[in-house]
Amino acid sequence: MGEKVLMKGNEAVAEAAIMAGCRCFFGYPITPQNEIPEYMSRRMPEVGGVFLQAESEVAGSNMVYGAACAGARVMTTSSSPGISLMQEAISYMAGAELPCVVVNIVRGGPGLGGIQGAQSDYFQATKGGGHGDYHLLVLGPSTVQELVDLTMEAFDLADMYRNPVMILGDAILGQMMEPVEMRKRPPRADLPPKTWATTGAAGRPKNVITSLYLDPAKLEKHNLRLAEKYKRMAAEEVRYATHMTEDADVVLVAYGTTARIARAALDRARERGLRVGLFRPISLWPFPYEALATAAAGAAHVLVVEMSLGQMVEDVRLALGETKPVHFYGRTGGMSPSPREILDDIVKIVERGA
Amino acid sequence: MHEEVIFAGFGGQGVLLMGQLVTYAGMMEGRNVTWMPSYGPEMRGGTANCGVVVSEKEIASPLVSEPTSVVAMNRPSLEKFQGMVRPGGLIIYNRSLVDVKPARNDVRVVAVPANQIADEIGDVRVANMVALGAYLGVTRVVGVDTVLEAMKKVLPERRHGLIPLNQQAIARGMEIAVSASAAR
Amino acid sequence: MQKVFGRPEALADVPTHYCPGCTHGIIHRLIAEVIDELGVRERTVGISPVGCAVLAYDYFNCDFVEASHGRAPAVATGIKRASPNSVVFTYQGDGDLASIGAGEIVHAASRGEKITVIFVNNAIYGMTGGQMAPTTLPGQKTTTSPRGRDPEVAGHPIRVCELLSSLSGAAYIARVSVTSPANVAKARRAVKKAFETQLEGKGFSLVEFLSTCPTNWGMTPVEALKWVDDKMAVYYPLGEYTRVPEVG
Ligand SMILES: Cc1ncc(C[n+]2csc(CCOP(=O)(O)OP(=O)(O)O)c2C)c(N)n1
Ligand code: SF4
Ligand SMILES: [Mg+2]
Repeated sequence: MGEKVLMKGNEAVAEAAIMAGCRCFFGYPITPQNEIPEYMSRRMPEVGGVFLQAESEVAGSNMVYGAACAGARVMTTSSSPGISLMQEAISYMAGAELPCVVVNIVRGGPGLGGIQGAQSDYFQATKGGGHGDYHLLVLGPSTVQELVDLTMEAFDLADMYRNPVMILGDAILGQMMEPVEMRKRPPRADLPPKTWATTGAAGRPKNVITSLYLDPAKLEKHNLRLAEKYKRMAAEEVRYATHMTEDADVVLVAYGTTARIARAALDRARERGLRVGLFRPISLWPFPYEALATAAAGAAHVLVVEMSLGQMVEDVRLALGETKPVHFYGRTGGMSPSPREILDDIVKIVERGA
Repeated sequence: MHEEVIFAGFGGQGVLLMGQLVTYAGMMEGRNVTWMPSYGPEMRGGTANCGVVVSEKEIASPLVSEPTSVVAMNRPSLEKFQGMVRPGGLIIYNRSLVDVKPARNDVRVVAVPANQIADEIGDVRVANMVALGAYLGVTRVVGVDTVLEAMKKVLPERRHGLIPLNQQAIARGMEIAVSASAAR
Repeated sequence: MQKVFGRPEALADVPTHYCPGCTHGIIHRLIAEVIDELGVRERTVGISPVGCAVLAYDYFNCDFVEASHGRAPAVATGIKRASPNSVVFTYQGDGDLASIGAGEIVHAASRGEKITVIFVNNAIYGMTGGQMAPTTLPGQKTTTSPRGRDPEVAGHPIRVCELLSSLSGAAYIARVSVTSPANVAKARRAVKKAFETQLEGKGFSLVEFLSTCPTNWGMTPVEALKWVDDKMAVYYPLGEYTRVPEVG
């Protein structure tokens, strides 16, 4: 194990990107992720990279589109209102099959909302966000170390699938400090060369990057080809973690920071002799439907906990169908559930359900 | 060992630094640690706080909702956080700026005249270090030597000149903790 | 009727959240005084930005709408077109107006939209903690230009009055500061002219204030006022920017 350093999630994400070979960053300030562009403004010049504060998220995300066209490893980061403005470019990048990494340090909405952490952008991240038939690969880390590791991996996944990858964090993860080990991670050796990049048609036929297909038959074909890719992603890139689900009567399902709070509730429940387990989706798209069904197979109840009014719960219901009751507990607007609140809900479910 | 502490005060009192030092020292001593600050406009001229967890176990939630200890550097912070402390826990408060007594009788309370002592040793800005010393003296969560080591990492180079004064402030705070323990 | 020392009716009787030495507060007051003097409080609708003045709706005693970051001129356009008798003003920072909202402000001005824009230029992003703004001066250090703004990389500061005054729809454009009683008096006259321009149906009006941000500039309030005079007013000259006459 290498040496650990104490880092804020936001700064760790920035350094992780640099270590993964990201040399282009475009962004626009927004709380609670300002430390990312601020860190990049210091660090990028040191490593010979590009930092540019765009005039808006609309522009910044289209700068990402451009840099991705040029074959660069490129990232942008923002928080909810800014991510909404990026949806146009994200849709275009999905359509044109451009690799990039987008980090959303989620805050409470809708509208201007607030600046405290939330998970209310789950639908936007996993069910579309922009227009068209497309998917992002969406990863939801729950510790600063996992934020670092997944960010580094996100660049490989983006290049591998030629698809935007989103890291769905939240303000708590961005603002907190935790020890992390920064392992340099060179790009995977088996990545396809970027022969499609628009770097000048020297000694090769010209490259054109577009998402325009005026002929509906061609656009349909393009969409079907993308769908094949999403199928491959769904088969290969499912990630999740379980904790004490084997004997659990109640399985908690939570992602990101909320999974940690749920874990604290689990520990207290176990102290009281309640058999509680935790299923934590890490890939939010593709969602681990089958793994969840397996992990919760022996449980009588499933309790989904989110910092929203219930978004991921829809995927949990899809995974479990009518096999068992799926309960929900959520706080929203930047409030987070406390372990005690979750424990109270567990107790209620057990007492009512037994 | 599992400690969940909130350091709170008004912006500029250095409460985030107190928390960072404990966090960093905890990491250096091989513990699991997390540090979570308040942030954003609420910080501007208003109150600031951070929640720190230091534990032998893997840390589940980084949010401190039921602290084992609270260190309150001003009155609004004491009023905001005292109710959250676990029974049997600890409240340390800055008596120089808090003219009320904590309303809890099921926790241990240590009053520290932090500003006054800081003034005596020459710089009121180290009041946070006095309170930190008292906190370390009572809880022994991390060693003082480790905190001083951590200071070299956490403080920017240009502020390393302040370390001896900080050390003195921490030592004075610890004395208070010792006499508070003796008086029990 | 103008009350000099009392609180203008158009200003709410609540404490503001602005930092000590921040000139957002004085600017609010001048606007409120003018609204009172023109007797239009009950017809006025303000639009607050996303920026330190986001809570302006709490501080003015008239109808108010909160817009998304940079879009206040578009929101104002919608209100004015739907309700032409309203007196509509936006209150926007430099990030809001000249960065993310650069498109909206240019088109509102070029359409000669009969609205009044109060543009508060403090050469920085105040609310988000001191990042570079489009109006940050060359060499000025901010949290996203830690080595000082380098125009080679980050571009040159935008002079909004000069830019907008080239548009035929812009009927009144002025730049003012509030660093001295004389400047405050001039600023007040400019705000009044801007609102009158709207009331007379002449077209788009804008007053740019050179404003302070002692917090993020890392200065005392007094140093900050001096910096406005010595540095900002050099790059951004005060005065009225006469409208380019209509051709053809
Ligand atoms: C779409 C979007 N992007 C970014 C932000 C974050 N944000 C809030 S205020 C602000 C800039 C404020 O600067 P300015 O307009 O100059 O006003 P000041 O605070 O300096 O008065 C930014 C970038 C946001 N709220 N929404
Ligand atoms: S941060 Fe700057 S602009 Fe905002 S209120 Fe404080 S001084 Fe004024
Ligand atoms: Mg500004």
